[in-house]
Amino acid sequence: MDFSTIRNLITRCCTGEESWVDSRTVYIGHKEPPPGTEAYIPQRFPDNRIVSSKYTFWNFIPKNLFEQFRRIANFYFLIIFLVQLIIDTPTSPTTSGLPLFFVITVTAIKQGYEDWIRHKADNAINQCPVHVIQHGKVVRKQSQKLRVGDIVQVKEDETFPCDLILLSTCREDGTCFVTTASLDGESSHKTYYAVQDTKAFNTAEEVDTLHAIIECEQPQPDLYKFVGRINIYLDRDEPIARPLGSENLLLRGATLKNTECIYAVAIYTGMETKMALNYQSKSQKRSAVEKSMNAYLIVYLCILISKALINTVLKYVWQADPNRDEPWYNQKTETERQRHVLIRAFTDFLAFMVLFNYIIPVSMYVTVEMQKFLGSYFILWDDDMFDEELGERPLVNTSDLNEELGQVEYVFTDKTGTLTENNMELRECCVDGHVYVPHAICNGQVLPGAAGMDMIDSSPGVDGKEREELFFRALCLCHTVQVKEEETVDGIKRGIHQGKSTSFYISSSPDEVALVEGMKRLGFTYMRLKDSHMEILNREDEMERFELLEVLNFDSVRRRMSVIVRSNTGEYYLFCKGADSSIFPRVVSGKVEQVRARVEHNAVEGLRTLCVAYKKLTHKEYEEVCRLLTSAKLALQERDKKLSEAYDVIEKDFILLGATAVEDRLQDKAADTIESLHKAGMKVWVLTGDKMETAAATCYASKLFHRNTQILELTTKRTEEQNLHDVLFDLSRTVLRQHGSMTRDIFSGLSADCQDYGLIIDGATLSAVLKPTQDGTSSGGNYKEIFLEICRNCSAVLCCRMAPLQKAQIVKMIKASKEHPITLAIGDGANDVSMILEAHVGIGIMGKEGRQAARNSDYAITKFKHLKKMLLVHGHYYYIRIAELVQYFFYKNVCFIFPQFLYQFFCGFSQQPLYDTAYLTLYNISFTSLPILLYSLMEQHINMDILKRDPSLYRDIAKNSLLRWRIFVYWTFLGVFDAMVFFFGAFFLFDNTTFTSNGQLMATNTQMMFGNWTFGTLVFTVLVFTVTLKLALDTHYWTWINHFVIWGSLLFYVIFSLLWGGIIWPFLNYQRMYYVFMQMLSSGPAWLSIILLIIVSLLPDVVKKVLCRALWPTTTERIQNADRLYKGHLSEFSPLSSLHAPHARKHDRQGSESQNHAHCRSDSSPSKKLMCTYWGGRPGYCTFNSFLRIGENPRFSGAAYAYSAPGPETSV
Amino acid sequence: MMASSYNAKDENGHHPGSVDSSGPSAVKSKKSDNTDFKQQRLPAWQPILTAGTVLPAFFMIGLIFIPIGIGLFVTSNNIKEFEIDYTGVDMSSPCFNCSQNYSWNSTSACTCSVPFTLDQPFESNVFMYYGLSNFYQNHRRYVKSRDDSQLNGDKSSLQKPSKECEPYQTSDKKPIAPCGAIANSLFNDTLELFYIHPNGSRIAIHLGKTGIAWWTDKHVKFRNPGGNDNNLSVVFQNTSKPVNWRKHVYELDPTDPENNGFINEDFIVWMRTAALPTFRKLYRIIQKKKVNMTPTLPPGNYSLEVTYNYPVRSFDGRKRMILSTISWMGGKNPFLGIAYITVGSACFFLGVVLLIIHHKYGNRNNNTDIPN
Repeated sequence: MDFSTIRNLITRCCTGEESWVDSRTVYIGHKEPPPGTEAYIPQRFPDNRIVSSKYTFWNFIPKNLFEQFRRIANFYFLIIFLVQLIIDTPTSPTTSGLPLFFVITVTAIKQGYEDWIRHKADNAINQCPVHVIQHGKVVRKQSQKLRVGDIVQVKEDETFPCDLILLSTCREDGTCFVTTASLDGESSHKTYYAVQDTKAFNTAEEVDTLHAIIECEQPQPDLYKFVGRINIYLDRDEPIARPLGSENLLLRGATLKNTECIYAVAIYTGMETKMALNYQSKSQKRSAVEKSMNAYLIVYLCILISKALINTVLKYVWQADPNRDEPWYNQKTETERQRHVLIRAFTDFLAFMVLFNYIIPVSMYVTVEMQKFLGSYFILWDDDMFDEELGERPLVNTSDLNEELGQVEYVFTDKTGTLTENNMELRECCVDGHVYVPHAICNGQVLPGAAGMDMIDSSPGVDGKEREELFFRALCLCHTVQVKEEETVDGIKRGIHQGKSTSFYISSSPDEVALVEGMKRLGFTYMRLKDSHMEILNREDEMERFELLEVLNFDSVRRRMSVIVRSNTGEYYLFCKGADSSIFPRVVSGKVEQVRARVEHNAVEGLRTLCVAYKKLTHKEYEEVCRLLTSAKLALQERDKKLSEAYDVIEKDFILLGATAVEDRLQDKAADTIESLHKAGMKVWVLTGDKMETAAATCYASKLFHRNTQILELTTKRTEEQNLHDVLFDLSRTVLRQHGSMTRDIFSGLSADCQDYGLIIDGATLSAVLKPTQDGTSSGGNYKEIFLEICRNCSAVLCCRMAPLQKAQIVKMIKASKEHPITLAIGDGANDVSMILEAHVGIGIMGKEGRQAARNSDYAITKFKHLKKMLLVHGHYYYIRIAELVQYFFYKNVCFIFPQFLYQFFCGFSQQPLYDTAYLTLYNISFTSLPILLYSLMEQHINMDILKRDPSLYRDIAKNSLLRWRIFVYWTFLGVFDAMVFFFGAFFLFDNTTFTSNGQLMATNTQMMFGNWTFGTLVFTVLVFTVTLKLALDTHYWTWINHFVIWGSLLFYVIFSLLWGGIIWPFLNYQRMYYVFMQMLSSGPAWLSIILLIIVSLLPDVVKKVLCRALWPTTTERIQNADRLYKGHLSEFSPLSSLHAPHARKHDRQGSESQNHAHCRSDSSPSKKLMCTYWGGRPGYCTFNSFLRIGENPRFSGAAYAYSAPGPETSV
Repeated sequence: MMASSYNAKDENGHHPGSVDSSGPSAVKSKKSDNTDFKQQRLPAWQPILTAGTVLPAFFMIGLIFIPIGIGLFVTSNNIKEFEIDYTGVDMSSPCFNCSQNYSWNSTSACTCSVPFTLDQPFESNVFMYYGLSNFYQNHRRYVKSRDDSQLNGDKSSLQKPSKECEPYQTSDKKPIAPCGAIANSLFNDTLELFYIHPNGSRIAIHLGKTGIAWWTDKHVKFRNPGGNDNNLSVVFQNTSKPVNWRKHVYELDPTDPENNGFINEDFIVWMRTAALPTFRKLYRIIQKKKVNMTPTLPPGNYSLEVTYNYPVRSFDGRKRMILSTISWMGGKNPFLGIAYITVGSACFFLGVVLLIIHHKYGNRNNNTDIPN
């Protein structure tokens, strides 16, 4: 981590604006420039080797060990181990050395394996052949030997080996097509341009004659930014300087398409390519569970230290009497006697630490890690989350956050492509108020509008006709769509087949494709771009050709794009299309009002609107435009700024043509998912770049807002009328008044969403809210607080007109608010990456906008609806599993170590271990490790279907509820209690009486005594059984694997003990366990006491569980009970028998129930009380059709009717 | 952990070679074989601990435990046990003198005789124990101060005892056999029991000194070096006796070669370190007389003859002699019986409580949910 941050820092420094001067000079083909120019200073650049592996063969062991011991837990165990080696400690070093060794080895093997795979991948990449031009010939080279300045030949469908500047292509116009699917996931073909002056060099020999120097910036990670300059020395004259931009830069990882071959010069190689710079590891996210785990760890560390301290002090108090310190039968050695008392005390302290160190379980970390790693496969394997269409499974990029999925409180979702399909279709276009609907078009005839559409002039005049055609032409010309002739593009079928021909349109923006497609249906077909002429087939099937002069590309700040074309009649046109907000201010004439009305109408319906405008240019104006653009493009510094200034000057004084509306349908089950998330107590925020009306419509459609949701607006429109300050206070008053009346109903921290406020805020207002005001610090901070307060009380928030960075800002703000809620961000596009990285859990959608979001996310899914199962089922399971895992681990180690602590009081504080070394070592590694691991992989406290059907169950685990301090203390005390039972149970048996055994197995003539090892073994046996059975009692889901592991590990303990005690081990110098276990089992009282002690230790926990379940059941427990009941009864219910069910008896109850529902829905305030009444609190039951529905019918029919009554809300 | 910074696999996924990966076969291969395990739908038993389900268990435990407890308690009470402290702390105690003038070097043994009376007859086999209190046999330094290899008859360990035995490893530059603090502090009081016949005659009671150690200890774990039939004095030639001992290890029981050297049973019993500072160890067995029907120890007056060798006063220790009969469940043990009765009744009581709760709350739930 440190390494990469440092590197980041360095790169940032190197590429910062100030240090831009630090550019690199590349000598093409390593040729010296002509004399007299600049001195030839060969710069040193790294070779083209890609190194993603961390280790080499030689440094693996030291480096890996160092990495591992940087983890605090490992380091702790190393220290314990070293202490054991150095001082005379009660337990042998193997007891902690072996587990540590085990942990380290397992981790090292895993990391080594991963690194080996990376090495293999690196080698495959580094050794793949590339064609380099040397002395006019094409030479094959290994990719890793490529150097900066080499001229490379790349053929079609090959991947670029490093970042290259395109010199020439086989196409006459000096362009080539490239897909960057593996970089940003965009599978569209992008056009790159060769340097104008070199595009004629078309063969290897010709290219070799080129004399040129490239000056460019040092590598920086931004894929879309590049500035440089090429100086070409032709005929030894003054060099010609040409600008280089990102349109000349071919990135490593991209693939050449539709172009036979290209020649290009390498400028960034190896780890300096933009791709490599982009693959730096992200900062690691830590889950809430991990944080609690660390907190517990600190508590236990304190317990450990205080235990050791107490014992040390008591030891010296007790030893004050020399006859106790050194009775005649137990003398010290001479060296011991001579040691200074302080050293002795310190050694004793360390020895106690060592003795009790098992209280911090080394194996917990391994188990947690294994649980997370293996557990994440369940997401991968889940068939419900498999997408047949794309053939994709969910991706798990990190397994560290599995349980965080069960803790989400805020969901931030993108709109386009996440909630919606991102499958655009042109719904209508509006030319001067005339509405055209592509669907209603037959045979190229425009049938204006369907019935019911107003504002349609049935017979547009001649002028109107002309305007209409100009509008269509504008849409056909103003885009960056490419025509693809083949069947497939990059594995993904873009099934936009074009009638007879198999060509279809490709673009980075799906809106553009939808528009061009729609135009085609309206009679204007865009054919292709040929020789910088765009060809259009108009309604009369005539070819119209326009020369494409300039493209003013789209960017998200301007929110528009323009083209300048020259028609064959020689007229210059500038067509512009863009968001209404960016077009209307620039329009000077046209039927603005009609179009605006239509645009707003469409936006409310959830359609994406674009406005189209044009202006005619005279030749002179065109020249001026050209001058402006070239000067901006040639600038080396601040080119972007200059370009946008130029655009700003050019794009004005438009004549409005009309508007388009593109529909983006909601994703399958998006509304259902959002509703479930709401019921699960999550707050859903939609963050989108879209305009407010469109976004709000989508929100209504996706049930984010209901009809009875009170919408609070915090938009520029409102803040224009009122001061921001007043608006904020107004809103917070509204919200808080309701909130005040509501608090009475809320018992726990659960935020009931009954109040149903929806907030709409736009980007501009948001930045105003977040901006620290200049006047006075007090109000500045207040805005944010008030805003947060409002947000907290809203069940849904819609943020529109968001810039990507603002999305991250919002997430950050919520994260930092005082409850520190767990946030989840989900999105599909590159603009969501910042928010995905910022949120606790980032989920990417593998959608149409590429893979960038998926790649930067923690988890990636294919559809928004999968979020439901991911959170409600997987997240829930992971959370309860890991919570139990953590609690149980601490519990079992308290049980394990506390008897040892107690024993010190009876052995003169001499650090005598209670258990044998083998038991100490193996307790956590093998006797009790597998059952909990399996539990933490398999446990399902409630059936999966119920979890899905009843999202409110998610609230039961909200706020890390299973790892609260209260529960932690309960487990700890349970552990202490059990430990007391084990110890004092055995103590009284040994102390009070002749606890004896039959010396000769199976004979009764003699009675023997037991020693301390039998005492320990008895305690240990009870311990292992109790701890394992405790887990068995907690297990709600017994598959054969659970049975196998739980009973198997008990059996293993018994067999191991028999074996361990059954042999005189030749390599050990002690035989203290010899036959101890067998002798113990041959004694009747031992059996009786083992059974007794196990039952006594388990009893309180069982009683507590049963009582809590009966008296204060949680929702989960109610459902468990119910589930069990109707599982038993399911067979009895059939649709027929439900008819004969005793209606009369049930009628009453159903009536009240439906009232409950009606009440619950009508004012949308299911108070906590209602949540608890059994069926009334679970409205989810009725809305989702589940397979159990048939079985439930007799009970729910009434409720279901109650549902349909307040029906209309569903049709929002 | 899984998030590698730069995943080459991803990159390959978009290579031209994998263009047609969206074919139907590829879809199939990417979709995992739909096993129940992978879908987390393995058939499972899903028990839930409710009042209703644990009720029977509680009553069962109650019903089983209470009789067992009563049985244990009765058995335990039937066991006769007699204990006498012969440390000699009081002036009145017969062993007071011995306990006062004690020194390791004295050659003449101090003897004292402690009279006692048994009120009840001791039937069947009677076990004779010595008990020590405040003796930390479980002290770490003490517990580890032994060499099991030496005791197992290993000749190299005999000559070179483990350094764990320090400071009882060597004496006079000769290795100590058996080495270590445990062996060194072997309990060396001799206890003899006399029945004082009402007619005044003292009848020595035969005390069996074999069969008091674990069979496996005596026959496997403890072995004399070089086998048992050799002349032990030769085998132990180059070794020194433990410093506190009066005689060599091969002189422990010269009468019985099977009970001499390391396999001496008194020694073996001592070597099994006790768990707690107050402990008793089996000393002798008084076998039931086979012929006549008289009890093993009839009620009456007895005298315990002590050869007082073992000093305990320095650490406030106590020495006791215990006579006890035994049952199927071991020695006198009221704790286990009481514990069983307590737990059994607690379970029974909890069962009743749960029954009430179940009836009151469980029924309510059930009735409202499921009409029949």
